[in-house]
Amino acid sequence: MAASKKKEPIIEVKHLSKQYSIGVDTTYKTLSESVTSAVRHPIKALKDCRRSNNTFWSLKDVNFEVEEGQVVGIIGRNGAGKSTLLKILSRITYPTEGEVRMRGRVGSLLEVGTGFHPELSGRENIYFNGAILGMKKKEIDEKFDEIVKFSGVEKFLDTPVKRYSSGMQVRLAFSVAAHLEPEILIVDEVLAVGDAAFQKKCLGKMKDISEGGRTVLFVSHNMGAVNNLCDFAFLLNKGELQYRGPVEQVTSYYLNEEISDKKAFSSNSVLKWAQVQQSGTNIELIVEYDFKIKPCTPHLGFVINDSFGNHICGLNPSNDRVKHDIDPQKSGRIKVVLKYPKLLNGTYSVSLWFGDGLTDYFCELECLTFEVIDMVKPLKEPQSSSVGSAFPECEWVYE
Amino acid sequence: MTEHSTDYELVIRPKYGLLDLNWQELKEYRELLFFLALREIKIRYKQTIMGASWALLQPFFTMIIFTLIFGRLAKMPSDGVPYPIFSYSGLLLWTYFSNALTQSSNSLVDNAPLLSKVYMPRIFIPTAPCISGLLDYGIAMSILAIMMVYYRFTPGISILLLPLIILQTFMLVSGVGYWLSSICVKYRDVKFIVPFFVQLLMFISPVIYPTNIVGENLKWLLYLNPLTGLISAHRACLLGHTSVDFFSLGISAVLTIVIFLSGILYQKRTEKYFADLI
Repeated sequence: MAASKKKEPIIEVKHLSKQYSIGVDTTYKTLSESVTSAVRHPIKALKDCRRSNNTFWSLKDVNFEVEEGQVVGIIGRNGAGKSTLLKILSRITYPTEGEVRMRGRVGSLLEVGTGFHPELSGRENIYFNGAILGMKKKEIDEKFDEIVKFSGVEKFLDTPVKRYSSGMQVRLAFSVAAHLEPEILIVDEVLAVGDAAFQKKCLGKMKDISEGGRTVLFVSHNMGAVNNLCDFAFLLNKGELQYRGPVEQVTSYYLNEEISDKKAFSSNSVLKWAQVQQSGTNIELIVEYDFKIKPCTPHLGFVINDSFGNHICGLNPSNDRVKHDIDPQKSGRIKVVLKYPKLLNGTYSVSLWFGDGLTDYFCELECLTFEVIDMVKPLKEPQSSSVGSAFPECEWVYE
Repeated sequence: MTEHSTDYELVIRPKYGLLDLNWQELKEYRELLFFLALREIKIRYKQTIMGASWALLQPFFTMIIFTLIFGRLAKMPSDGVPYPIFSYSGLLLWTYFSNALTQSSNSLVDNAPLLSKVYMPRIFIPTAPCISGLLDYGIAMSILAIMMVYYRFTPGISILLLPLIILQTFMLVSGVGYWLSSICVKYRDVKFIVPFFVQLLMFISPVIYPTNIVGENLKWLLYLNPLTGLISAHRACLLGHTSVDFFSLGISAVLTIVIFLSGILYQKRTEKYFADLI
């Protein structure tokens, strides 16, 4: 009996689906609203209760197993269902269909500092936060010194947390969480906090945890961290488990997969559609145009902004001094390849201009976005702590 | 490190079941309930000059005003007991009930981050204010003790009922709290209804008047309020001025159990969508 049980996976997920209602009406109503609508349209109200038509599946028929001791990274774009999956596994929300079996105690860490109260002292918050994360008082007592030491806030232990700097709060919160020791640990992207030195410390702690034989599920956008910490990875895409396997395979599949943003423009516009994506270490921008009336010389310009709206670069054929004495065309495609711009991880937007070199017939600001994932690889520190958007190759000459 | 217990298995499924109360889990998390109540207590009087004496001052000043208005001006009968001690003994339990009810019914919405970021038995969140309120009750009790010495009241044997009455009040307020806090997750109207409801409820509870001023033909109406039996019995067992009315206390006990159990059921039924709605 015991032998057969040991072979069973520690986490078993079968046909897991989660449906969410979207739309203003269904999220939350006031009492009078639902009463009046029930009185006015009794049948419709009943139907609404059953199933709202404004729904979408955040997870759809997800199946997987995790063996004891595996450290699994869960990756995917924003909205792929990663957070929903973690929320279901941590019993915060319930699935619409399917089931999960977990053969071990679960501790989840979806946010650092949940339940921190600004009026309470650091010491009080350690106990309270620990209890919320599922630690027993005895456990917290034992680890108290370790937690305090790790956080580096010894001096302010009896000061209300509201007097702490935000960095100190985060450090204290992470320290509590890092000392959680369940059999299954579920971690959302919580490492993207604090300064570079502390992030490094956090990653180190995570590494210790994952090497300690515990089963860990780890969601992150940081492919470097996933590669570093995990053995296996799951790639979620639009609520479905698209790919699973050894971590390097999955992350490289994810990075090579065409993660692109394609946008179609209105039918009377000279640009039909535009698309931008990271392709390996390059950025590719493709547009299709149609001058409609007469052939002209196509002339495309673009500007790339970072997520704060700062310009990173702007290019067009004339300032790039490329030969574009091509014959006038009525319609066609232009592909621009930015060769290894060494952008750091982040979301960038593209503004487009298009015309015949004299007049711009098309101008749309920040109409496309793309995400850069580990374009620059060998970084020592987490990329988010680097300054700026680019990481040029440097030669250091001492004379 | 905790050992891997092979017999431990957690199954997560869509929730349909009516009764799904996991006692084992409640027991396992019981420390958290204590921490939640402790947190309520610690933060309640933070950054106040008067601190915990607010627990005394509120019912004390209410008692003075009630004595002036209802005792002196309106000449309200008070079972032959001096009006200040009559109203204070009622206010004591009433203050606990009304404060705990207000906090409990807002508790789930106020603790939205806890609901959406960690798992714990949700039922603890509306329970915690009902526990922490008991401390205020205890503090405010000291004034009653002083008044009893001053007015020369000695409680009789019926004082032994006090723990039971407190337990029953706790169950009643938790039960109502389970209902209202769960409804409040979906319908924020509760936030506006509760203060109003609490205000009205005081006037249909024997806080400022004794039950015997209500005519026999209307008394049943008063008995439908579970607080009637509790407040009367609370006063009788402390002051010993009259015998405890077990009939009204019994009605109240039945209503309390119904409200308490149905509250647990309702919260258990609705908690599956808390995180999605809040």
